[in-house]
Amino acid sequence: MFGLASPSALRKKGILGMNRRNIQYISQYNNRKNFPLVDDKLKTKVITQKVGIAVPSMIGTVEFQYEIKEIGKKIGDKKGFVIKPAQGSAGKGILVIVNRDGDEFIKPNGDRVTFRDIKRHVSNILSGLYSLGGKYDVAMIESLVEFDPVFDRYSFEGVPDIRVVVYRGFPAMAMLRCSTKESDGKANLHQGAVGVGIDLATGRAINAVQHDEPVTIHPDTKYDFSELEIPHWDELLPLAASCYDITDMGYLGVDIVLDKKLGPLILELNARPGLAIQIANGIGSVPRFDLIDKQSMDLSVEERVKFSVENFGKS
Amino acid sequence: MSSKIQIALFTVLLSVIGISIAWYKSSVLGVPFVPHDTTSIYRIGAKITFKPTDNPVLVSFAIPSEQNGIKIISSDAASQGYGYNLKNDKNGQRAEWAKREVSGDQTLFFNTDVVIDKNHQLASIQMLPQPLPKEELNEWDEATKKSADSFLKDIYNHSADAHSFAAELIKKVNNHKDSQLINLILDKYNYSLIKFTYKLLRYQGIHTRIVKGFPLEDGRSNLRLESLLETFNGKNWQMFSIKLGKIEKAENFFVWQRGGISILDSEGTKKAKVRFSIVERNVPTSSLALDESLKKGAALIDFSLFSLPISEQNAFKHILLVPIGALVVAFLRIIIGLKTSGTFMPILLALAFMETQLVTGLILFVSIVGVGLVIRSYLSHLNLLLVARISAVVIVVIGIMSVFSIVSHKLGIEEVLTITFFPMIILAWTIERMSILWEEEGAKEVYLQGGGSLFVASLAYFAMSNGTLAYLSFNFPELLLVVLSLVIVLGRYSGYRILELVRFKSQVKDS
Repeated sequence: MFGLASPSALRKKGILGMNRRNIQYISQYNNRKNFPLVDDKLKTKVITQKVGIAVPSMIGTVEFQYEIKEIGKKIGDKKGFVIKPAQGSAGKGILVIVNRDGDEFIKPNGDRVTFRDIKRHVSNILSGLYSLGGKYDVAMIESLVEFDPVFDRYSFEGVPDIRVVVYRGFPAMAMLRCSTKESDGKANLHQGAVGVGIDLATGRAINAVQHDEPVTIHPDTKYDFSELEIPHWDELLPLAASCYDITDMGYLGVDIVLDKKLGPLILELNARPGLAIQIANGIGSVPRFDLIDKQSMDLSVEERVKFSVENFGKS
Repeated sequence: MSSKIQIALFTVLLSVIGISIAWYKSSVLGVPFVPHDTTSIYRIGAKITFKPTDNPVLVSFAIPSEQNGIKIISSDAASQGYGYNLKNDKNGQRAEWAKREVSGDQTLFFNTDVVIDKNHQLASIQMLPQPLPKEELNEWDEATKKSADSFLKDIYNHSADAHSFAAELIKKVNNHKDSQLINLILDKYNYSLIKFTYKLLRYQGIHTRIVKGFPLEDGRSNLRLESLLETFNGKNWQMFSIKLGKIEKAENFFVWQRGGISILDSEGTKKAKVRFSIVERNVPTSSLALDESLKKGAALIDFSLFSLPISEQNAFKHILLVPIGALVVAFLRIIIGLKTSGTFMPILLALAFMETQLVTGLILFVSIVGVGLVIRSYLSHLNLLLVARISAVVIVVIGIMSVFSIVSHKLGIEEVLTITFFPMIILAWTIERMSILWEEEGAKEVYLQGGGSLFVASLAYFAMSNGTLAYLSFNFPELLLVVLSLVIVLGRYSGYRILELVRFKSQVKDS
């Protein structure tokens, strides 16, 4: 009716809405005091490294404006690197450099920036331009992940990553986020990236959406999503599930990238994962959460992953 | 579950308290729920401020007396620790405050409640002050006096009685305001235009008095007294304004004092001054006497907003609208799911729109932010630190506001002058946010969030400028408890947002 879905039909399908997510899941299972651990990527990195979870390696940090002069030294002659604000949200303020040409640095879309631009970007990060609430922030310089070329066909100029929603330690849903021309190389769905729902049992694509509408091929590369299959799938879910144990966040989004040599790496964690993953998977998350609620909370990572694969996998 | 019950109980309790107080006020104390069928009571507040010297302080303040067309219901004075009494002298009543030892800045209040009532006519014509002897203009030199004589003779020939003479004189004085003769006299004897006219009228032998007062308009503050002239033709008094000439209807002009004697006399003080403010409030026409009961009656009224000084009451008229705006914003975000830039920025915008009017406000906002964005995009090349950049944007915003005001004033578009009501810091942050949004997410998101904010601000404006809601919020502030409980209920709403029904439409299409 009038282009609106009926609320009762959505409820029947178990689609989670924003208000319910905030009240019933985030405020109930994500303890406020644990937020800094997830919101501050530097803290996340320290703690994940400590327990041996694979993450992209760190080149250095810049904490004070006077250190900006020395960025050159920190970067050295590295060809590719990523500069990001430790407390940025929604992918804001991330500068990816893939190569160098003389004094100029090259971004994934081929744009060139100077060293001066990089310094200004770091200065903005430190001033808190990208952080939640404008707090002073720290810039992190990470080595560039050498992306596994399996996704090249499904990504335009950007970084494909895998988002796994981990509910109380159980992987509940997963999707691959593919950047498009429209999303400007970013993997954020609201900017026009394609979300591909992933079968938890096999790592194969289920369904793909762009702007909340189903698509079957990538809008720029024209490859069919149904052929997509994520390698290292058996390593990936335990990696995601183990983040619950270190953060104690019951409703957690885990962003994973695949490195050519290192395999799956945790890129960042998110304490407020969005709802689009349901559209990408064509299924509501509430029934899965309800099923997880009935399980024992004392299971190991392997047992939890096994439960998810058995109950939420398609095949 | 228990928290659900708690919230239910809590909100019901809040609403019940709020509604029952409002009901009590309405049915027992007779404050009506709807603004019509009421009479306006104007509460005029005089605020006297001064700095004491080492000597004992004595402040004498002229207070209004009965007049035609406006009824004085009651008066009261507030002043901590001062001896206070009322005194009658030949020029009318005066309030007197006295205190022996005083230190620090001092404030005295005198409030009076009046209603406009055409039927309120005094039995006898008031002659205060007593007729003065004819003005001889002795201080004027002969030559000036002679030219004044011929000036007045001409007018005398063109007039029939005291009133028409005065009207003609004021017209003439206005026409010749810039003439050498008048300017010479004004300069030489240090007269104001009104004093000059007053002197000439009395020189002509017309019984004239200077009247000080102001029109009764809601929400005025920092008001000064305006001076008018009144002439007597043997039967009645007629008011004249130097600017407008004869005043046919002066229904809402409240005369504070007649006779041109000083309003405020004080001893032992420095920098004594008085400012007036007016606030309007509605009571049922049927029971004007109610005001008395309001005052003596329940503690409820005694501890209500009406017990505050009037300038603060006016401030609360605005403040009490904010919860309505907040409710609108909460509703649009939680139930509808609209995006805005900054959670409560729309309320501040809506408050500004109340002063500028909606369309003017929208145009002004869009133009300031537009120009600001252009300048901000240049600033981003300068490689500034964030705080300095925002400060620069604030300064630029102020510059834009000044330029807009000056240019439009020259062009005669006075509406633009209301630009000063926009909160500058909020504008600067909006510009900063929008420009970041532009760089990172593209123009589309800027239009989306900017448009969303303006839409929410407009809706909040409509709610806040609604006469009935404004009336209720000020006269029944306890209804805020109901608004509070509504907001709490909204805060627990876990259903779908309207825009989510669109977003998830594809999920239920096939089933």
